[in-house]
Amino acid sequence: MVDQLTPVLTKRWLSPRSWTLKTYEQLEGYTALRKALKAHPDQLIQQCKDSGLRGRGGAGFPTGMKWGFIPQGDGKPHYLVINADEGEPGTCKDIPLMMADPHSLIEGIIITSYAIRANFAAIYVRGEVLHCIRRLNAAVQEAYAAGYLGKDILGSGFDLDVVVHAGAGAYICGEETALLDSLEGKRGQPRLKPPFPATAGLYASPTVVNNVETIASVPYIVNGGADWFRTMGRERSPGPKIYSLSGHVERPGQYEAPMGTTLRQLLDMAGGMKDGIPLKFWTPGGSSTPLFTAEHLDVPLDFEGAAEAGSMLGTTALQIFNETVSVPWAVMKWTEFYKHESCGKCTPCREGTYWLVQILQRMVRGEGTAGDIDTLLDVCDNILGRSFCALGDGAVSPITSGIKYFKDEFLALCDQNSKVLAGATA
Amino acid sequence: MTQTQEPTHDYADVFGQDTVDRARAIIARYPYARSALLPMLHLVQSVEGYVSQNGIAFCADQLDLSHAEVSAVATFYTMYKRRPCGEHLVSVCTNTLCAALGGDAIYAKLREHLGADGKPLGHEQTSGEPGEPGSITLEHAECLAACDLGPVLQVNYEFFDNQTPEKALELVKALQAGEKPHPTRGAPLTDFRQAELQLAGFFEGREADLDGPSAAPETVRGAALAADRGWTAPAMPDDAEFPPLPEKK
Repeated sequence: MVDQLTPVLTKRWLSPRSWTLKTYEQLEGYTALRKALKAHPDQLIQQCKDSGLRGRGGAGFPTGMKWGFIPQGDGKPHYLVINADEGEPGTCKDIPLMMADPHSLIEGIIITSYAIRANFAAIYVRGEVLHCIRRLNAAVQEAYAAGYLGKDILGSGFDLDVVVHAGAGAYICGEETALLDSLEGKRGQPRLKPPFPATAGLYASPTVVNNVETIASVPYIVNGGADWFRTMGRERSPGPKIYSLSGHVERPGQYEAPMGTTLRQLLDMAGGMKDGIPLKFWTPGGSSTPLFTAEHLDVPLDFEGAAEAGSMLGTTALQIFNETVSVPWAVMKWTEFYKHESCGKCTPCREGTYWLVQILQRMVRGEGTAGDIDTLLDVCDNILGRSFCALGDGAVSPITSGIKYFKDEFLALCDQNSKVLAGATA
Repeated sequence: MTQTQEPTHDYADVFGQDTVDRARAIIARYPYARSALLPMLHLVQSVEGYVSQNGIAFCADQLDLSHAEVSAVATFYTMYKRRPCGEHLVSVCTNTLCAALGGDAIYAKLREHLGADGKPLGHEQTSGEPGEPGSITLEHAECLAACDLGPVLQVNYEFFDNQTPEKALELVKALQAGEKPHPTRGAPLTDFRQAELQLAGFFEGREADLDGPSAAPETVRGAALAADRGWTAPAMPDDAEFPPLPEKK
């Protein structure tokens, strides 16, 4: 029986000056790199496949398979790009990881770059987290000075340069192809796929784009092996996961537990609901994942469990709201966010989010009409699956799931007004 | 394509040799020069406190781009400001979760306090003369990735966690009075322009900033609880081996 919490990625966070190379090396840091550089790159890709590691940025794509898509012997430069543009509402795991333990990410970057034969890697961090950027920069400098980066790393003949790249405030750049455009110095707008980044990514060369938590997991898999990684979590979603609890909970924070842990278990560890006010709704993985309610407390939070219950695991950003919060208001606020962050490239998302905000704001003002719910769902239907990228799909999640579980609250906003109209015409 | 149609900008008195050197250092970080554009826009903001027409011309010249190409990028991203910013930029998260916990009330309180003539200060507006001591630009921000610490706000992109309208008001009054309260997580405050210089990737002389606090009690709650209860991840085997080299198909 595995313990309820399994600190792997978060373990060093308690150590003094955990962000320094000195602390990192005292706590097994860079031992996985030494081991990995003695292996064949294809063995590392195979090990990652065997471990069952799936992307921690939301989509859950098998990491080893992604690495395996990079064509080898193609004569082109290969690139590794770290998606550190953490901005999905509710998500707050990568920033603390990079602040507390930046070397674990850097070690993962070096091993991954060696595996996919990349000699240049970029960490694309959202710009608003200066302290995190500062720590990453210092860690990269330390790694160069210690011979972990640069030419002929640890005498292996392998070269790697890493750059820390600060974004400039655009949620859409968390979408991997928008991120690549942004990293190329352009507006962050998603690209048409195919071609996928594995064949034409950064500078039109084969590129792996992975999330911070994914790549920070790699050194542990190298040291512990694929079977060890699979001792945690579930068959199709193995490993530990950082669950971020926020909102109306007694002790919010970062809890690293095996994949498949439930909100009931997490809430129990976090002291339950704040002031004992009952749970009303929550997101399993950020605002783009359809809402859950108190009915879903026992859903195993892994990729399959969340999907089977009608949502998505996303980034395991558990935003927890109690009975005092109005669902239409919360949905309106999220929709304002998506409208602001829509990049404007495709019509369904650009126009759709604009009109969704207009309708929701009017409803929340108490001026809803009887047709509003149908109009909202109709607009959502024209965005879902019809947008250029997943931002549009994410934008409709809170609305459709909010109406699904809390239709009465939306109806109340409409009814109120229809009564006024009825009275006015009497 | 020739660039002769561009209006000429004489920005030499704004962006001196040190800025040119820094722009070149940014370009040298990347395999292709254009990747330097985002950091370079942070760099011009560190000089002028916003992206001016001169700033756009400077980036265009450094990267051999047209002014339109640079403008298109500068106007896309929230962090590039089109009007001069105050000494400090105060960003209040008003996304759903922070808002429900008090973020909307914090923003309303600060708007009211920083407003003038009975009018609350608007989004991205500045109280005081931009750049002068005590001047403050206020904005509402989208999710700042610190939800376990909400409601949060930032000053020059350093975190002030677990805020209330009262605490936020006290903080802003202190900033106006020329004080620099220490962030909950982050380095000692400087000003908006110096923060932008660091975002462009220049940290010289600021090594001590690294020691600014980062892990709040919330950050390490799970790790601390596990340590307290004796919970750990399963032990790693001593001799985990790599799988055999896959055969080439």
